[in-house]
Amino acid sequence: MSERPVSLPGEPKVDLEQARAHGLAPDEYRKIEQIIGRTPTYTELGVFSVMWSEHCSYKSSRRHLRKLPSKSELVVQGPGENAGAIDVGDGWAAVFKIESHNHPSFVEPYQGAATGVGGILRDIFTMGARPVASMNSLKFGSFEHPRTRYLLGGVVGGIGGYGNCVGVPTVAGEVMFDAAYNANILVNAFCLGLVRKGEMMSAKARGPGNPVLYVGSATGRDGIHGASMASAEFDKQSEAKRPAVQVGDPFTEKLLIEACLEAGKTGAIVAIQDMGAAGLTSSSSEMPSHGGLGIELDLDKVPLREAGLTPYEILLSESQERMLIVAERGREAELQAVFEKWDLHAVVIGRLTDDQRWRMRWRGQVVADIPIGALADDAPLYDRPAAAPKIQPPAKRCAAGKHPETAKALRALLDSPNIASKKWVYRQYDSIVQSNTVLGPGSDAAVLRIKNSRRAIALKVDSNPRACALDPYLGAVGTVCEAARNVACAGARPVGITNCLNYGNPERPEVMWQFIRGVEGLRDASIAFGAPVVSGNVSFYNETEGHPIPPTPTIAVLGVMADVSKHVAQFFKDPGDAIALVRTARPSLAASEYAAIFGIDGGRLVAIDLAREAALIEGLVEGAEQGLIRSAHDVAEGGLAVALAEACFNPRSILGAEVELGRAGNADAVDFFGEGASTVVLSIAQRDAARVESLFAGRGLEFAVIGRVIADPRLRIAAAAGLDEDVAELRQVYEDAIPRRLRGGD
Amino acid sequence: MKWGVVRFPGSLDDGDSLYAIADVMGQDARMLWHKDESLGGVECVLLPGGFSYGDYLRTGAIARFSPIMKSVAKFAADGGLVIGICNGFQILCEAHLLPGALTRNRSLSFICERVWLRVENASTPFTRAAKQGDLLRLPIKHGEGLYVAPEDEIRQMEERGQVILRYVDAGGRESDAANPNGSMRAIAGVANQRFNVFGLMPHPEHAVEAMLGGVDGLKIFQSIAGSAR
Repeated sequence: MSERPVSLPGEPKVDLEQARAHGLAPDEYRKIEQIIGRTPTYTELGVFSVMWSEHCSYKSSRRHLRKLPSKSELVVQGPGENAGAIDVGDGWAAVFKIESHNHPSFVEPYQGAATGVGGILRDIFTMGARPVASMNSLKFGSFEHPRTRYLLGGVVGGIGGYGNCVGVPTVAGEVMFDAAYNANILVNAFCLGLVRKGEMMSAKARGPGNPVLYVGSATGRDGIHGASMASAEFDKQSEAKRPAVQVGDPFTEKLLIEACLEAGKTGAIVAIQDMGAAGLTSSSSEMPSHGGLGIELDLDKVPLREAGLTPYEILLSESQERMLIVAERGREAELQAVFEKWDLHAVVIGRLTDDQRWRMRWRGQVVADIPIGALADDAPLYDRPAAAPKIQPPAKRCAAGKHPETAKALRALLDSPNIASKKWVYRQYDSIVQSNTVLGPGSDAAVLRIKNSRRAIALKVDSNPRACALDPYLGAVGTVCEAARNVACAGARPVGITNCLNYGNPERPEVMWQFIRGVEGLRDASIAFGAPVVSGNVSFYNETEGHPIPPTPTIAVLGVMADVSKHVAQFFKDPGDAIALVRTARPSLAASEYAAIFGIDGGRLVAIDLAREAALIEGLVEGAEQGLIRSAHDVAEGGLAVALAEACFNPRSILGAEVELGRAGNADAVDFFGEGASTVVLSIAQRDAARVESLFAGRGLEFAVIGRVIADPRLRIAAAAGLDEDVAELRQVYEDAIPRRLRGGD
Repeated sequence: MKWGVVRFPGSLDDGDSLYAIADVMGQDARMLWHKDESLGGVECVLLPGGFSYGDYLRTGAIARFSPIMKSVAKFAADGGLVIGICNGFQILCEAHLLPGALTRNRSLSFICERVWLRVENASTPFTRAAKQGDLLRLPIKHGEGLYVAPEDEIRQMEERGQVILRYVDAGGRESDAANPNGSMRAIAGVANQRFNVFGLMPHPEHAVEAMLGGVDGLKIFQSIAGSAR
């Protein structure tokens, strides 16, 4: 018969006030009392507070996320597990996901970013997949903000310190600096793993009586209430939340990767889940709940880093590098032998039950006994009010803004940290370990070969908060288009999407409206490309003292190519090749880096025609497959002029370009520096020009040969306001922009 | 030739090394486990890159005490060929199988990039497939690769030809800018006095396929394969 859970000596009294201090709304507290039919114990209150936090429960976002398409014939696993999976051919499934670690990284940048990498890795190998590549998307405040350098150094150091030490290459990423993130940076970490189809592991527990094993690091006091921290706005006291940031141990993570993958091969694992946000509580409630079961754990058996932890602390700790495993009954020893080989803890701490209760014992007493569904699948769900802001955010209207000379503008753009080379960042990441990196950081998309196969995967992560600030729907559509286009530039067909939706406080109707419009944009673009959204993460409450960040959906796209030898890089290859431009529309200066730097009113965003966008992607993939495209570079921040310069910066040997823009030489700043129109700069062999033209013009896209690649390293754009610049000098500006600022020379 | 690649806890380039030797070069290679003492009759032992035991004390400082390192030391004393790459180089220095030590990069940060190396001595079992003065393009990826040793010792090593690889620019010249980590005398790889133990910070196993950026690393492995006793 069930025992009534006891409160422990010295524990605070549980009441409405205590619930509020735990971040629970009064309604939520009353619902808890109703569900369990009594006042919760202090331990139970803590457990509910983390499981019902926005971070764990997705209570504000879940009903909207259901709109996202998650099916295609290639989907092996959609949302609902630790990560999604797509069939990439030759018997392989690609398991991938992106996740935020924004709040911890702002409070403690090194550990926050490091544990962000660790957490997303565990989401991948808990699926039985070997992590093969990482990416990240970083948003910092303006370079001039006093905290930016500290945060940049810490975050990059943390990502490198963790990623380099676990042997997973960091192959791509994006970094942006904008004053809108001065008080709330974003750190979104992506991981890709590969697993043989049919060997995937699950987080759905089955089999009452099956033993539950705790594996990995011992539990300490770090990270308690991390999930709650990630579910609240920042204020002046946020610095004091440093103890809620976890501390990472990448060495143990590496052992855990090897041990878990080896343990998976035994076939003795029924279910496995990372002790991520909300630690032991979330893993021990979600796995049985997904399988319609209950669980009983003996908390005295949990390996502890120090004596004296209370059940509350044991259950809420977010100590890193820990996993919970449900084993086949009688096969515990097989699994324990594997973990012992890797010098890791593997302790049986309880078993599954069939009573759908989540029951925790400690020192002979029951300290928590909760209907398991209340913690996991039946957490509260909100339909929060959403309303478009009454006044649309104005396009930055700056009377003082003046169009500079074209050459000066180009140099200023190449010198902008948002456009400049990020080599200072990615040089600190191991991008080649595992011997699969065909194209690493520095080109449009990363390309990874699959060993013993001709196939390859292309990856790209993108975001465009400035466009999202002007129009959260169009901005989100444009972000998906950009990531997909980058993957297609490399020669791969986009087949899957993962997303990290970073927004402000969802309790504000205008933030909720931004979020909903963002999800709708993601949905529409995903449908247009036939690339389903298989995993993702929502990060709300990205605001400090009432100032939310601009809506920032971060989108990672996975593409597949049938023959790795056909991959395409962004750099011009040979003098004499034709340079062509293919685009879906005329660009605009709206939300452009040019408008931001020179204080120009950028006007309206370019409308996006998703059918034309899909046609562009199809043309790029087909052109690559037929070996017709020698280089392809997406026109992004800084527009065409910057894209042309970047294409000349071939790391093997610097080249030049001679192009003519605009009929009658009347090209203006929009032609040179405009963004937002899906545009790609191609280089092609002269003899192939007609075939490439038919690839694109035949699909109704604008296609024009605008010039040629030259050996003389000069960038010459013929137009009334044209330019003729030394490419080596431009590259110097481009490569030194970030190091110069870090040296303090600016 | 029979090769053994030692897997320490925290080794990262162990699989890549095995792949380069066995899959790319078609040699007979196997993994060796750090807790074992047997080297299984191999003719060349490779200590791979990574962060053995987390490198929480000093790089390589704990790995040198692992059971297999006793056997590796004995194997080296008997004249067996041992190559240590990156963390493997650090371990060999800690184990006193090679002179000098590797310390924090001058920049204080991790560096991953392709660099140029000049072959300073092509008459060793590790470089005989190259010619003296040949330039190799290999990646480095390390946070602690700044080579140091007492001035006198370096002078003697140079006289004896123990400095095998140096960081140079694309034209083969030494310069401060071409020295990525600030190593003394731009030293990237050294051998012991018997020339049967070789350590280098660059990663030849990551330069064995044109598609992944170059094949200069094959020179090192081909040299070793051609040196079978």
